[in-house]
Amino acid sequence: MSKPVEQLSQVIVRFAGDSGDGMQLTGSQFTSETALLGNDISTLPDFPAEIRAPAGSLPGVSGFQVHFADFDILTPGDAPNVLVAMNPAALKTNIKDLPKGGTLIVNSDAFNERNLQKAGYATNPLEDESLGEFQVHSVPLTSLTVGALKGIEGVTPREAERSKNMFALGLMSWLYGRPIEPTVEFLEEKFAKRPEIAEANVKALQAGYAFGETTESFAVTYEIKPAKLTPGTYRNITGNQALSLGLVAASRLSKLPLFLGAYPITPASAILEELAGYKNFGVRTFQAEDEIAAAGAAVGAAFGGSLGVTTSAGPGVVLKAETIGLAIMLELPLVICDIQRAGPSTGMPTKPEQGDLLMVLFGRNSESPVPVVAPRSPSDCFDAAIEACRIALKYRTPVYLLSDAYLANGSEPWLLPDVESLPDISTTFATEPNDGDEFLPYLRDEQTLARPWAVPGTPGLEHRIGGLEKADRTGNISYDPDNHDLMTRLRAQKVAGIASDIPELEVDDPDGDARVLVLGWGGTYGPIAAACRRVRTGGRSVAHAHLRHLNPFPRNTGEVLRRYDKVLVPEMNLGQLLKLVRADFLVDAVGYNRVSGIPLRSAEVADAIEAMVDQ
Amino acid sequence: MSTNGHLTAKDYRTDQEVRWCPGCGDYAILAAMQSFMPELGIARENTVFVSGIGCAARFPYYMNTYGMHSIHGRAPAIATGLATTRPDLSVWVATGDGDALSIGGNHLIHALRRNVNFKILLFNNRIYGLTKGQYSPTSELGKVTKSTPMGSLDWPFNPLSLAIGAEATFVARAIDTDKAGMTAVLRAAAEHRGSAFVEIFQNCPIFNDDAFAFVRDDKEGVNRVPLRDGEPITWGAGAEKALRQRSDGSIEICRADDEGVLVHDAHHEGAALAFALSRVTQESHGGTPVGVFRDVERPVYDDLMAGQLAAATEKFGEGDLGALLHSGETWKIG
Repeated sequence: MSKPVEQLSQVIVRFAGDSGDGMQLTGSQFTSETALLGNDISTLPDFPAEIRAPAGSLPGVSGFQVHFADFDILTPGDAPNVLVAMNPAALKTNIKDLPKGGTLIVNSDAFNERNLQKAGYATNPLEDESLGEFQVHSVPLTSLTVGALKGIEGVTPREAERSKNMFALGLMSWLYGRPIEPTVEFLEEKFAKRPEIAEANVKALQAGYAFGETTESFAVTYEIKPAKLTPGTYRNITGNQALSLGLVAASRLSKLPLFLGAYPITPASAILEELAGYKNFGVRTFQAEDEIAAAGAAVGAAFGGSLGVTTSAGPGVVLKAETIGLAIMLELPLVICDIQRAGPSTGMPTKPEQGDLLMVLFGRNSESPVPVVAPRSPSDCFDAAIEACRIALKYRTPVYLLSDAYLANGSEPWLLPDVESLPDISTTFATEPNDGDEFLPYLRDEQTLARPWAVPGTPGLEHRIGGLEKADRTGNISYDPDNHDLMTRLRAQKVAGIASDIPELEVDDPDGDARVLVLGWGGTYGPIAAACRRVRTGGRSVAHAHLRHLNPFPRNTGEVLRRYDKVLVPEMNLGQLLKLVRADFLVDAVGYNRVSGIPLRSAEVADAIEAMVDQ
Repeated sequence: MSTNGHLTAKDYRTDQEVRWCPGCGDYAILAAMQSFMPELGIARENTVFVSGIGCAARFPYYMNTYGMHSIHGRAPAIATGLATTRPDLSVWVATGDGDALSIGGNHLIHALRRNVNFKILLFNNRIYGLTKGQYSPTSELGKVTKSTPMGSLDWPFNPLSLAIGAEATFVARAIDTDKAGMTAVLRAAAEHRGSAFVEIFQNCPIFNDDAFAFVRDDKEGVNRVPLRDGEPITWGAGAEKALRQRSDGSIEICRADDEGVLVHDAHHEGAALAFALSRVTQESHGGTPVGVFRDVERPVYDDLMAGQLAAATEKFGEGDLGALLHSGETWKIG
């Protein structure tokens, strides 16, 4: 007996439970199942910085949101259509995001007095009128799971109970017509050493699926057709994974060994961990004693001819400032990845923000220009990493790669590139004197203004470099006033000149008659593009341009900005790009700013755009 | 073309004017280093000097090798990146007591425990020179300087005790004016695989003159206690004084003909003896040991890292980028 099937175009599901409930695993498996159906997907985990906050408490709630659709989507969605709440705390912290009429699936077994009290509920919300405006499915997930697992030898009652997330996944898989076979395979592999645990989880998953089919609680199931995506091979990827792969690719494309210096920090640690697994690619990962040493070792490796990279988040990047200043003076390639998180200081380690833009541009002593590249989506971190390395190597300069916690942990399907299509970013080392019989370490390439990279071990090119001001050409120490003025300008010109080596700023204006331009940068691409779609669907015209290069700006940026009557700059900060475009281009742009530690909501950005269009 | 071959001290001089103050102990160290380098038989291009900030940190500018004058205290971190990626190089760090023990203390101790393959030369003059005379982490308690008009309040580091405590595998002391002794120590340091830590007593004639007069001017050897591996530790004008260990491990002075005179063993695996010797000072014992305190073998960080790369390549084969990108769960569309 099969139930009626209803067609949907898109669904946003949020799994929420205690940190120990396995919500990240549940969400990522639901994502894998969904990817195989050919839907477009975007995901966003939301977890606390505490590893295990007290069970059942509000700070201990961990969530995972999956947006899937039959069209190309841009964000994990502002608000869920379906909320799966594994306990009262998860309900309490997430219910405010569920719109009226939304579907709520709760584990009724967890709504006991103790848990209700921990979540601050005076009365059981499942038994009063407070959830009246939602479609509530109250399912005793724990007892159903424990019941289904009776008789499996070697599984303790506690372990049986822990499988309830798989029961929930089975139920959700049934509800949205997802195949559970990939999860069965995954579980058997994950628990290969404990087959009884694998069996328990598989049984729970199957029981959840079967429960959907038989229960009267759910009258219909849903179908979401595959999206029309560009043909090719895809894999689901998070921003940090893509960034790591991008660095490995850059190492191959530049034919230089990759050296990563890093100190563990949220949300950048995953890059260190990921790269530590690629030793057969010649990748050296150095977990340093601190952020400063991590950057310093990368500079040392670069001096020796490696592709030197250091990764961190704002609170670590701030410590690397002096090393980056040194790399500017040494004119050696270095890539600094800043996975931005909410600040200042320790701030909110797991939450995204775009608060570091002005720091990476200006947070050093004196005139110290550094190119900045910012990826726009999780998979774009791959290309952005290669681009950052390309600029660093070609111009012998430190380059910032500005990702954020949203891109780092969020995921989306990635159309895998053909390796042959990736850019050649190889560079050359100096091998012989460049001025008669002499080697001048600061004799520049006329076009790029880059200096030669002569690595130790090259006979005849022995030279000394350092943080003291260099004489033009020779690189000797110089306190000459005119020389310092010249060198300061040369360093600035070198970075400014990169503008001729990057793509022009593209504008998305399908109607062609927009008077308002929305200018974004980095990780807010999805929400801003989705907001523009929404505005256009509502009958208004709006243009969207998104900056990937923040220093230098694309050469046509000023011209683009001046083409529109009004410019709106949405950012997850208090107006940092806004300040730059106003200062650099004398454009009376207006900001839309949110620093809530969550990605911009496209509906709210759309409201701001509409208000500006209608002004 | 390699520059290896018949090099002399002159080949290691650069065209840069040496700008230390007249009478500075750094001149003697530089001269000793330039004379010693040819003996190593390492091509000039395969030698790198890395430094931080301070008077000592000018050192790389005067050595005609590859070099980097970096940022305050960070030389060990930078040298770690260089040494671990370039095992073919001979990497040396020139540093001072402020650079290594104050602002760079963290990098120093971690480099030593990792046993990264580079040599650290700490020019200890017990004062800040380049910033014009403030007390340093090795200045004696009560040191009156411009920043401590009533005397410094902090107890000084004993650099050798610190290095031994930080798991250093090679620890030695030399004196700037003792060219033969310094060369012997440099030779042993160069031969040691892993981190070598060498404290060099260096006179700052401007801000802390004669801080080490008791050993620098000690022609008769009444204050220097020479450490010679495998030999009894004796000193004095007639080698009449000696050292021996008490039952608690600490060291006391005795007569050379007493029983139980300590026989130096720099290769002793345990660090206790070397540590006890590092506590023998002019103030406490009336003598100052010089030479190699400790020289033991331990796996070298660079080798271990290279080993892991080789093992991973052996196990998984040379990395294939295309295969890496297509790893994990993939699906096809269209």
